[in-house]
Amino acid sequence: MNRIFKRPDSLTDANTHFCPGCTHGIAHRLIAEVMDELGITDNTIGIPGVGCCVFLYTYFPIDVLEAPHGRAPACATGMKRAQPDKIVFVYQGDGDLAAIGTSEVIHAANRGENITIFFINNSVYGMTGGQMAPTTLLGQQTTTSPYGRDFQSEGYPIRMAELLATLEGVAYSTRVALHSPKHVNQARKAVRKAFEMQMNGMGFSMVEMLSTCNTNWRVSPLEALKTIENEMIPYYPLGVFKERTGKDFL
Amino acid sequence: MTPRALTKGNIALAEGAIQAGCLYYFGYPITPQNDIPEYLARNLPKRGGIFIPAESEIASINMVMGAAASGKRAMTSSSGPGISLMQEAMSYMAGSDIPCVVVNIMRVGPGLGGIEPTQGDYNQAVHGGGHGDYKNIVLAPASVQEMFDLTIKAFELADKYRNPAMVVADAMIGQFQEPCRLTPAEPILIPEKPWALTGRQGRKPQLLKSLYLAPGEQEAHNLRMKAKYDEIQEHEVMLETRELDDAEIMIVAFGTPSRVAKSALTQAREMGIRAGLLRPITLFPFPEKEIREYSSKIRKVLVVEMNTGQMVRDVRINSHPEAEISFYGRPGGGIPYPDDIIREIKKALKKS
Amino acid sequence: MYQDVIMSGFGGQGIQIISQIAALAAIRKGLEITYLPSYGVEKRGGRTNVTMVISDSEIGSPITNHPMAIIALDIIALETFQPVVREGGVVIANTSLIPEELFTRQDVQLVRIRSNEEALAMGNAKVANMICLGAYLQRTAYMSFGDIESVIGDVIPERLKHTIPDNLKAIQKGMDLAR
Repeated sequence: MNRIFKRPDSLTDANTHFCPGCTHGIAHRLIAEVMDELGITDNTIGIPGVGCCVFLYTYFPIDVLEAPHGRAPACATGMKRAQPDKIVFVYQGDGDLAAIGTSEVIHAANRGENITIFFINNSVYGMTGGQMAPTTLLGQQTTTSPYGRDFQSEGYPIRMAELLATLEGVAYSTRVALHSPKHVNQARKAVRKAFEMQMNGMGFSMVEMLSTCNTNWRVSPLEALKTIENEMIPYYPLGVFKERTGKDFL
Repeated sequence: MTPRALTKGNIALAEGAIQAGCLYYFGYPITPQNDIPEYLARNLPKRGGIFIPAESEIASINMVMGAAASGKRAMTSSSGPGISLMQEAMSYMAGSDIPCVVVNIMRVGPGLGGIEPTQGDYNQAVHGGGHGDYKNIVLAPASVQEMFDLTIKAFELADKYRNPAMVVADAMIGQFQEPCRLTPAEPILIPEKPWALTGRQGRKPQLLKSLYLAPGEQEAHNLRMKAKYDEIQEHEVMLETRELDDAEIMIVAFGTPSRVAKSALTQAREMGIRAGLLRPITLFPFPEKEIREYSSKIRKVLVVEMNTGQMVRDVRINSHPEAEISFYGRPGGGIPYPDDIIREIKKALKKS
Repeated sequence: MYQDVIMSGFGGQGIQIISQIAALAAIRKGLEITYLPSYGVEKRGGRTNVTMVISDSEIGSPITNHPMAIIALDIIALETFQPVVREGGVVIANTSLIPEELFTRQDVQLVRIRSNEEALAMGNAKVANMICLGAYLQRTAYMSFGDIESVIGDVIPERLKHTIPDNLKAIQKGMDLAR
């Protein structure tokens, strides 16, 4: 029989702990597929943030360092500087990267650290039970914004891909979404581009992925996919915000 | 033999780190330890190393974690407020069995405090500092030579036990100068680190983590760490004793107060007072057995610290139950002079 | 042999250089020393204080509250450290800048040196500090002119090497004045 679809070698056969409908699994699979394609699995070290993504080592059969909340880009900095020939990627959620870890990610980006960050933006703190994050949409109800996020009190949702794109050290900053086959295909290309940037020594690369958290959004998996299309993308536009073509820094 | 050159404590420490094979330094400026990053910024690149002026102490220590997890010797240094910011990652590293060296050139506190010398961070270094049930290995130099030697020792112990090691020195030890030989007493041997995260090529994937969620896992982990600390306590105690054999009073002090105590005990002996000194060089492991044994013979003990009384609790816990423990402390940048210690000795011995 | 000394002046008077010369000479002589320069807050207002302890055996305290000697290059130096000098101790005072009425201690060896004028008379205003160092060496007598002569070239920076002969002459002058 001709096998046309299988689990990527860069993914283990562990049963997922992610909730049904969550798109973390898609993000994991895309990264694993690209690692297979690029043949980098043996030389890659992953650094997850804290939250639902912390079990990275369960799903990826690679070396993994567990970082404190928000600090993964700093850990990755130390690791990549110590082993410049290895591929180092960070996998962080929005509570991790866009709140507690803003300092670390901005300065890693600004130094042009030659690392890759996969940033899962699902607009809430997932693992702790759906609290408001800096990425929570205006009006969105969470356990800590029970009346809906109000800009007068909580400010506006933060657009990290655009923000990081302003920094000279950034080679690649893009936002993709994981809610439809078309978008998943685009996301896969972005993941590949981000790894290639690192392999070519171009500097900091970041892929922001709009993801579902249907459990904490209190909606069905299908409705969650629509939420990405109808509510998240209008505020968080998809696209490439920075793409360096040469190594020439300013 | 290389000639001894007049060297500042902080510089001896920084050079010790390089000679120990530490090629990765990450740090953020804070007085009174800026000589360390400045020296390393000049010298690490020339010697094949990496220096990053990090955006914060939090980033510094996490960069250390990344480099150390790669199997490299890595270090950061700071003082008071910066060390407080590092506690989270130090706890992670203790919990993940990642070795590193963290230097605290202690300045007065709490809060922003000031930049004068102190030993106010003894408890932070020795009794945790971060969250969870863990210990740092803690070394306390009292001379410029020891700033060099004990920094090398800190890397050795950190690697040997896969545990964070701290070098803690009051700002006086960091800032003053003495003749020092900047060559290691023994050849530097960096052990193999098969646990390092270097990519899975040729072996199974590896993991460095401190998260244990399954029932009983965390407890087993804590008990394994406890066994490690017991082993460190058993094998790694370092101390200096001076004229304790016939002493009627034992001074216990580390860092600058131990230096001052040496002058005081010489003067005391000239006055016919038989004073001796026990100087812990390792604060963890603390010289528990030695304190117990000496205090069972020398029943008067005077603890001198540059704080309001931190190590004195460890001395009390470990002393013979009938030993009389007195304490003289100078917090907030106050430094004891030999006269002060002699006065306290006389008070303790009820001599005028 | 044991000696502790505090050298003090304002920035630019050359406390650093004379203390470093004395320190290196002591080390080369095989003596133990500790050298504590002022740092941080203490440096505010441009002051330079150096505490040195020199001994032929291991040194305990690197600080002293009863120095056996002081070198005071200005009024603040004298006012700060005169009260604490040990009885019978040595006070080297730059009387070009310190008025006579400030000397209050009768129980110390006071060496008055009009070092600014002496330096000018030698044709180099910058060697006033060296004259005071010479006086200090003469009175404390634990190091000779030769000890200093053999190390001065290792302390004075390359670009100022041409000043060494003047500096040595000034040290000799100070020794003569304090005899």
